[in-house]
Formats: sequence, structure tokens, C-alpha cells
Amino acid sequence: MKRIAQILLVAFGLALAVFTAHAALSITGAGATFPYPMYSKWFDEFHKKDSNIEINYQSIGSGGGIKQVTEGTVDFGASDGPMTDEQLKAYQDKHGFPVLHFPTVLGADVPTYNIPGVTAELNFTPDALAGIFLGKITKWNDPAIADANKGVNLPANEILVIHRAEGSGTTYIWTDYLSKISDEWKTKVGKATSVKWPVGLGGQGNEGVSGLVKQTPNALGYVELIYAIQNKMLYGKVRNSSGQFIKADLASVTAAAAGAAKNMPDDFRVSITDAPGKAAYPVSSFTWLLIPSKIPDAAKRDAIKGFVKWMLTDGQNDTEALAYAKLPKEVVAKELKALNNVQ
Amino acid sequence: MTMNAQLRWRKFVSNFMLSLTGVCALVAVSALFFILGYLVIHGGASINWNFFTKLPAPVGETGGGMANAIVGSAKLLVLATLIGVPIGFLGAIYLAEFSGGKVAFVVRYAADLLNGTPSIVIGIFAYSLLVQPFKHFSTYAGGFALGVMMIPITLRSTEEFLLGVPRNLREGAMALGASKWKTVATVIVPAAYRGILTAVLLAFARVAGETAPLLFTALGNRYWSHGFNEPTSSLPVMIYTYAISAYEDWHRQAWAAGLVLLGLVLIINIVARAILARGTAVPRP
Amino acid sequence: MATTTTIESASPRAGSRSFLSRLREGDEIARLITFLFAATVVLITLLIVYELWLGSVLPRHKFGFAFFRTSVWDPVFEQFGALPFIFGTVVTSAVALLLAVPLGIGAAIFLAELAPARVSDTLEFFIDLLAAVPSVIYGVLGIFIIVPVMRDFVQPWLKETLGFLPFFTGPAFGIGFLTAGVVLAVMVIPYIISVSREVLLSVPRDQREAALALGATRWESTWKVVVPFARTGILGSTFLALARALGETMAVTMVIGNTPLISDSLFSPGDSIASVIASQFKEATGDLYTQSLIELGLVLFLLTFVLNGLARLLIIITSQRGSGTAHA
Repeated sequence: MKRIAQILLVAFGLALAVFTAHAALSITGAGATFPYPMYSKWFDEFHKKDSNIEINYQSIGSGGGIKQVTEGTVDFGASDGPMTDEQLKAYQDKHGFPVLHFPTVLGADVPTYNIPGVTAELNFTPDALAGIFLGKITKWNDPAIADANKGVNLPANEILVIHRAEGSGTTYIWTDYLSKISDEWKTKVGKATSVKWPVGLGGQGNEGVSGLVKQTPNALGYVELIYAIQNKMLYGKVRNSSGQFIKADLASVTAAAAGAAKNMPDDFRVSITDAPGKAAYPVSSFTWLLIPSKIPDAAKRDAIKGFVKWMLTDGQNDTEALAYAKLPKEVVAKELKALNNVQ
Repeated sequence: MTMNAQLRWRKFVSNFMLSLTGVCALVAVSALFFILGYLVIHGGASINWNFFTKLPAPVGETGGGMANAIVGSAKLLVLATLIGVPIGFLGAIYLAEFSGGKVAFVVRYAADLLNGTPSIVIGIFAYSLLVQPFKHFSTYAGGFALGVMMIPITLRSTEEFLLGVPRNLREGAMALGASKWKTVATVIVPAAYRGILTAVLLAFARVAGETAPLLFTALGNRYWSHGFNEPTSSLPVMIYTYAISAYEDWHRQAWAAGLVLLGLVLIINIVARAILARGTAVPRP
Repeated sequence: MATTTTIESASPRAGSRSFLSRLREGDEIARLITFLFAATVVLITLLIVYELWLGSVLPRHKFGFAFFRTSVWDPVFEQFGALPFIFGTVVTSAVALLLAVPLGIGAAIFLAELAPARVSDTLEFFIDLLAAVPSVIYGVLGIFIIVPVMRDFVQPWLKETLGFLPFFTGPAFGIGFLTAGVVLAVMVIPYIISVSREVLLSVPRDQREAALALGATRWESTWKVVVPFARTGILGSTFLALARALGETMAVTMVIGNTPLISDSLFSPGDSIASVIASQFKEATGDLYTQSLIELGLVLFLLTFVLNGLARLLIIITSQRGSGTAHA
């Protein structure tokens, strides 16, 4: 009886394996949740173009993208925080060849909040944001916040800070910004994909943080712009280095990248937070695909290079619908050339 | 207080406390119905044709489903059963029929240790064994992790049921000249068959709902997973990912998946216990 | 177990490749095969311990025992201390037991002493089903039902009535130690009920009857005689429940707040060992970070190992007492 059951199981298993096995090329990538809405759309479109190629992207966070591409357990990674020199060296030491960064889109971290009774768009000064995340500003009606929002009735409730629980490029962008505008943050906490947060609760992924902010009164979190938009959440303006309160959108994010576009380094690792320019949104960032410079499997290599090429040309037309800004033309040209380095 | 008053007080306390225990029992049992009811209400509405047949849609778009997660879970469980049941079953036969005291003690001890190991630790183990060295996430790794969890449950229960087979059956077979293994295969195992099947079903139901070990092994897949060497989507991981997000559509799908998963687990449990209850020559656990 | 009869050993002398001696060889093969499978169990268990030990070598050498005393968890400056996670694990489990044990024992008493056999069996059946509900489903219900209830009703109420205690201070977020403890309580209560019910049922009848004969009320006989008699087994069930609570991952990580924090308030967010491994393992860049998480896994493994051992011991002691002669 037991044997019959076992035989049936094996038969069933083989049937499943055969049924689901066909000649498609499957590529696995993992990493940032920041561009996940864009990537899931892109990979879907690319699959429609060529149904033999399935690019399975798992949004586990930028930290995860860096780690798993270094471990070699995924074919490519994705991160909104460029890899540090140590991480690049670790990769080189482990594999014997470097990993390359390829920017894909421009996005923004926005401060999203859920304050009972407040429907207005709030203005956040750099000091307010630093103070809140350092735990020094604890109530919504603190003068540091209220002064920039005259006319808004801010309650005396405690602010519940929500950050990322896991290694995140969105965190990298946010802490990179805070490190630039607050010396105290820079020395006490620093910038990285995963930091020791002075205050707050952790959510899993952009998805988790937006979920928590949406459900918890008096919460303040940082998420990628599209998550706030898709979930119909309020997000505030941030004052930039020119003193203007700017709302994150295509124009302001593109403005933030203008300077960097002209002076893009060869490895494409650059920070555009707190960028100069009157119209620039201060918490903007590129996001990168992390692609090994040597891919032994020819089919995979061609598929990945084909995708990047498509992404840099046709794919860029899809970005604005999801509130991500296109890459500047100079960057695209430079990347198409750099693609030849993937062998 | 007079003797009578004292007695009345004690009687009052007695009735009060005993009814309180009834309340406790009611609370405990109603938790199950509450959970079930909630899932039926929220999940039932979202179970539709799309859910069972479509692949996940791009983030933010509606109309996606969990077809690949359902098939993925099925594949993982098939693998887990193929790994966990033979080891547990044959190992139990060794313990019950062939082994001496010392070896039996070590094996049982190891099985207990394995049983008590938190599933997240099993996940770390499977990652270091099957993901890191081979450089990819896979259904194999996930199935292995789940299979390892099935081993101790299957082992201990099977052993108990084998030992519970009455002596006269064994001795009868021996008297007829049958060798040990023949006795086991043709007499003892069939006699304990109901209990063993129950044990397997319960182990299966237990790992069907496990999420943590799959996070580092099977990872996830937006598409159909081909064969067993690729990462795969699974119901529990999808429930987790969708539930903690902010998308309403994902929440609805999470409820639906929760209902499907819970329904599966409960049905297997009920069937297993029913099989056991109908058994005659088998002792109750 | 020792049912191998003497028939085989009374086989004919050596030299004849007889029917019986060939049978014995079949047995040898069967013994070998089944032994290999049994040995695989031991091998896997040893391998797990080995991987955990080997995989945590860096933090063990760098931090030593300070790992258990430090409460800093800083991936940037590479300082890792296990204390917040041990604290979170202990606190949530303690809350879970505080809620589940009285309720569980109460329910077990009802099922063992009061309910007629069929009712008792039916209710036990449902309670066993409760134990089969997957953890992630508890997590989902936690997020959507328990967290809002805690945040909007329970925590404010606790603050008003018991706010002078340090446990119930601070803002009420719904997420945190208390909520995680409540969710865990629901998850472990079936273990307490089913084991306690069994040990209570195994208490010899004459114990109860003796108490009643001496004029005790039903409750007094139960509480003062039967339960103490079974108390070792009940304690065992508590340890079993505790072991389950310690290792619980998904339900906890969804409602505890994912923040390495030590606080005297139950309203505070925190983290547990299992929860932090689940959320950070895939992302831990750098060997020290990853291996610190593995060391946490080793700690958890050892904790559950000790507890399970104790639980089993206690339950065995009780069942032996129950079958022995009764003593008042």
C-alpha cells in the first residue's frame, strides 16, 4: 500500500516536472524594491516580446541584491545604493572579475505620512527630517515641522517613525541624504543599506513600509515615489539646497540628475541626493543593475545584454507612466558603450 | 462563618471556577472558528478563476493570480514527501524491529532534536548545504528543507505504530517460518498501515504551511518554475509577501491564498484523524 | 521490541546453505538498509549542528561571550550583539505563556474533568486543528485583526487602567512585544491543552474519589488534588509550548516591529531571534554580519534543545508516576 502511494507520488512528481519544463531560458535576478514596480513591468514587456526569455526578479531589498550577486546565487543583482569599494573588492576577490553597475531609471524617496485629520501636503525642512529620524523631534506639532507648515493643524501626537527592517537601497538613498544635510546623522548613524536606527519600527521592503504607514496613525516613513502614488498615500515636499520646497515628480527628479549626467564616472556610481539646482528634488537617486562582467553561459549573457539594450532604448518610454524619470541621454549613450564590457 | 455558610461559599466557588474552565475551553475552541470564519469571509470573495489560473501581474496591476504558487507548493511538497517519508519510515522500521538499545536511543534523540529545531534554522541549514555551493536557489533546496522537517514526525509516529502491533501477529508469522524482514513487510507494516498513513498525512500538512525555510531556498518566481532546479513560488511565501504590502489587490489575494492553504491543511488533518479513528488493530496515539 | 524469536537462531549447523540461512541474509540486508536510513537522521542532525557551529566562527572569535551581553546591532560599524533579540524572544514567549497557561489549564480541566467523553473528544479534535493552522496565517490575522484591536482598544485601555506600571507606558502602535505575545499565545494554547488534558485524564480515579469522599467540592478535588498530581506533566506541556513559541518566525516577524530594542514597555516594538534571521539573512552583506545571524540561529537551536529535553523528561516522569501506585 505504502509502495503504491510512493509510486503514485513519484509519477505525479515527474508529471509535474515534465509539464512545467519547457525550453524557456530562465534568468534569476534579485535586489532592490525601489524600482520593483518598474522592473516587474519591464520584464513582463520583454517577456511578451520574446516569450522564450523569462527574467524572474525577486524584490528582496538592495542588500539582498548585492549579497546574492556576490554569492553567485542569482544571475544579476539590483541596488539603489551603489556597491561600496569594499563590496566591489569582495566581489572581485570571490569571482576574479568585477561586477558592473548599469543605471536603469531615476526615482525618488518621499516622506509619506498618515496623520489623523491632516490632508494637506506637508513641507519638510532638512533639519526636521534629520531631527525626526534622530529621535529628537517626537511630536507632529513640533515647531521644526509646524513652522514650515503654517496653516496646517498639526496634532500633538507622537510621530511613529517607520524605516526598513532589512538591507535596503531606499534606506541607502535616505541615509545618504541625511548624512549630507546633518553632521550629527553622519557621525552617529552614517549611510548604508542597513543602519542602526535611533528610533522607529521596521517594515519589510517598500511594500511593507507603505503598508505600515497606511495602517498606522501618526506614522512617517520613507518610500519610493510610486509606492506612495499607487497606494494613494500623502507625501510631503522637501526643501532643497536652493531653499525651495520641492515635490517629487518627473521634472524635479530629472533636474536632480542634470549635473551628474554631464560628469558621470565610468563605473556609473554616483550620488545625486541634495543636488544643486532650483528645481531639483533633493532625495533623488539612480538605481542600478549589478551585472557580472563575465557571464559564461552564452544564452544567458545574450539575453541579459539584450534586455539592457532594450531597456535603455524602448524601455525608457515606459518609465514615466510609473513616475520614474528617464535616464539622461548622455548616460544612455555611455551605458550602451559600457555594455560591451559584459562578456 | 457558620459551617453551612462556609459550605455554600465553597460550593459557589466550585461552580464558579468550573464554569470558568468551561469559558476557557470555549474561548480556545472558538479561536479556530473565528480564524476559519474570517478567512472564509475575506478570502472567499477573492477566490475566482483568475486566482487559480493566472500568473502574478506586474506590481500595481490587478488581475493576477497564484497559479504558479499553487503548482510550486505542490512540487515542493512532492519532493519533501519523497525525502522525508522514506527516511522516516525505514528509519522507524530499524528502530522498532532491528536495533539495540543504544543505537535506538541515539537515533530517537537525534529525531527529537530535529523535531524541535526551529524552521528558520532548517532554512539556514538548507541554504548553506544546497544553495550556496550550487550557486542558485532551487525547488530542490526548498523541498529538502521541508523534507528534513517531515523526517522526525514520520519517524516517531511510525515507530510507535509499529511497536503497537500486537505480539501475537508477529509470533504467528515467525511460527510459520517467515524471516524478519518478511514479517515486517507483509504482516507488521500492513497492520500498522493506518497509523503510518496518518503520520505521513499529518507531517505533510505540517510542512505545507511552512514559510520560513522557503525564504532562503526556493526564493520565489514570477513565472512557472521549470523542473526542480529553479526558484519557485509557493503559497505560504506569496501570502507573506502580499499581506505585508500596501496594495489592496494583493491583500485580497493573500486572503484567498490563506483560505486555500488553511482549507488544504484542515482537510488533510481531518482525513488523517478519520483514518485513524476507523482503525481497529491500531492503538490510538 | 525483543520479539525476535529463537526460531532463526535454532537453524541447522553451518555448512548447509539452507533455506533458513538464506533468509537470515535477507534480514541482514534489511537491517543494513533500514540502519542506513536511521543513521541518515543522526547524520542530518549532526550536520545541522556542524553547519551552525562552523558558520558562526567569526563572531564567536571576535565577540566571544560579549555577544550575549551587548545590545548594539550595527551593520555599518560591524558591531553585533544578541541581547535585544534574546530579550525579545524571552519577553514575547513570557507574555504568550502568561496568557496561554491559565487559559490552557482551565480548558484542559474542563475537558478532562467536566465534559462528557464525547464532548471532550470533539472539542479536543477542534483544538488539535487549531495547532495545525500555519504560522503565516496567524501572521496575516495578526496584521489585519489583532494589531488594530490592540492599537485602538486594548492598549489604550491598558494604559488608562494599568498605566502606572512600566509595562504599559509609551505610545500605542498596535505592533510590538505585547501583540506578538498575544499572537503566540493563540498559537501555543493547543499544546498546553492537549498535553495537560492527557495527563489529567491519566490521574488515577481513586485520587479524585478520595478527595470527594473527604468532603471536598468538585473544584477543590480538582484543584487541590488532581492538578497537583499532574503538575509535572502540566509543567512539561508548558515547556513544550515555550519551545514552540521561541522558534516561531513568521507570525512574530509580521507583528513585532523589527526593531532591535530593549524596553520595559510591552507596547514597544522589538525583535526576536527567529524574526531577525528571517528578515535580514538574505541581505546580510559581509561575512561578520551573516555569521552573526547564524550564531543567533545556533543560540535558538540550543535554547529549544534544552527546553524540549526538559519537557520530555517532565512528561515521562509524570506518566510513570501516574501508572505507579498513588500516593496522597
